[in-house]
Formats: sequence, structure tokens, C-alpha cells
Amino acid sequence: MKAFDFVEMRIPAKAEYVGVVRLTVSGIASRMGFSYDDIEDLKIAISEAITNTVEHAYNDKVIGEVHIGFGIYDNRLEIIVSDHGESFKFEDIKEKIGPYESLESIMTLREGGFGLFLIDALMDKVEINNDYGVLVLMTKYKNETEVDDDGNEISATSVSLD
Amino acid sequence: MNLSIDVLEKDNCSTVRLSGEIDVYTANKLKTRLIPLTEREGTVVEVDFSQVRYMDSTGLGVFIGALKSTKKHSSHLKLTHLNRRVLRLFKITGLNEIMDIEER
Repeated sequence: MKAFDFVEMRIPAKAEYVGVVRLTVSGIASRMGFSYDDIEDLKIAISEAITNTVEHAYNDKVIGEVHIGFGIYDNRLEIIVSDHGESFKFEDIKEKIGPYESLESIMTLREGGFGLFLIDALMDKVEINNDYGVLVLMTKYKNETEVDDDGNEISATSVSLD
Repeated sequence: MNLSIDVLEKDNCSTVRLSGEIDVYTANKLKTRLIPLTEREGTVVEVDFSQVRYMDSTGLGVFIGALKSTKKHSSHLKLTHLNRRVLRLFKITGLNEIMDIEER
């Protein structure tokens, strides 16, 4: 197993904390050297994943917690968002998760509209598992040209602002 | 991390100036202000995005709802001064095809 840094945070499943996590991911991604556009993509993707768990939590009428983990590697950032309360065993969870194929899990995540669609469009890799409540693992690589649904390059020529 | 909403109503045109972030926390507040404006027949609702620093799918949901309301009440919704990032969300989702959007 390659060495990586891991940052973990736990927030109440309340809408007002989504912005706090955006600031955190922005800080981590900026430190890692992601471009301005990639950082903005990460902010949207993580917000979508947390929004989904916040809406689930409200449906259940009990305010739970959302657990967020950042796996910081040389070439990529892996983000786990889970509405399951227990601490992550990051490598264990990664082994049990797969690309989203189950129609059921997609339907669950699409409740909010375009949420999962955007996560999928903005991140390089997305995996979902419903065994632990709702759990999303998403990966973004550094310095990779993004491609939209039509195969067109997006913001490939943009300049980092930092 | 908040959204301020200023509404200027003049004759049959309402201008909505947004400043801040549109996310799951602020989207309901926006919806509550925006939808009633679209419910008057013949009115044009112009939303000025020039000070919007962040938006995600919760914002898209609000504007889809507003667009539906304009169809129902024969009003019109126009989105103006979108920055490149916000415009990109409308383009990725294909919503730019059905919305009246004026780029910055």
C-alpha cells in the first residue's frame, strides 16, 4: 500500500455545513496544486454528495452526521462522503466499493435532480455503495484534461490563478 | 457563505440581483423569493448573476422550477451576467438549450 495523507471530518447533516466542507476541500486541493477550475469542480462535486446525504437525513426526521474523508495522494485526491456514522477504514471500504451500476443506487442519488450527474461529469472516477447507508467515493487526478459528455475538452487551456 | 437577494420591481419587469453562493442552504430562500415573481402574467423576471460566486445543482433545481412557473403563468425568465463557471453548469446539463441565458 502506497503512503498517503488522510484527512477526516465529521459534520452534522445540516445544510449550513456544506459551505464549510467546500472551504476545506478548496484548502486541501489548493495545497495539492490543483488548478482553479479543478478546485471549483471539486467544490461542486463534494457539495452534491453532501447535499444528497443532508436530504436523506431530513427525510428520516433525525439529524445524523456526515462523514467526509480525503485521501491525499501525489497524483490525485480521493474523497469519501458517507452518512454512516462510524469511522472509516479507508482501504477496507475501497475494496468493497465498485463503479455505480446498480439502477437502485442511481435512483436514490438522483432524487435531488442533477446531483449525481454533476459528480460524474466533474470527477474522473465515481463509485457508490449503499451497504453503509449512502457512500460515495470519488477521485480527481491532477493535471488531467477534462472531457464533457460530448467528448469535447473543457477548460483545457485555462490558467491556474494561484 | 450566504446569498443576498435584491428585487427591483418596475412595471412588468422584475430584476433579481443575487450575491453570494447558491447551494442547499440558500436555495430555498431563493425559490421563495423567485417563484412568486414569475406568477404574474406577462412579466419578465431578469436574474442578474454577476455577483454569484458559487452554484450547484440545488440552484439548477430552483431555475428549473422558475422556468416551469413562467410557462404556466405566461411570464418570462431571463438569466444574465453568468460567469464562465456558472454558465458551464447550464451547458453540462443541457439546460442552456431551454433557458434564456445572456452570457457575461
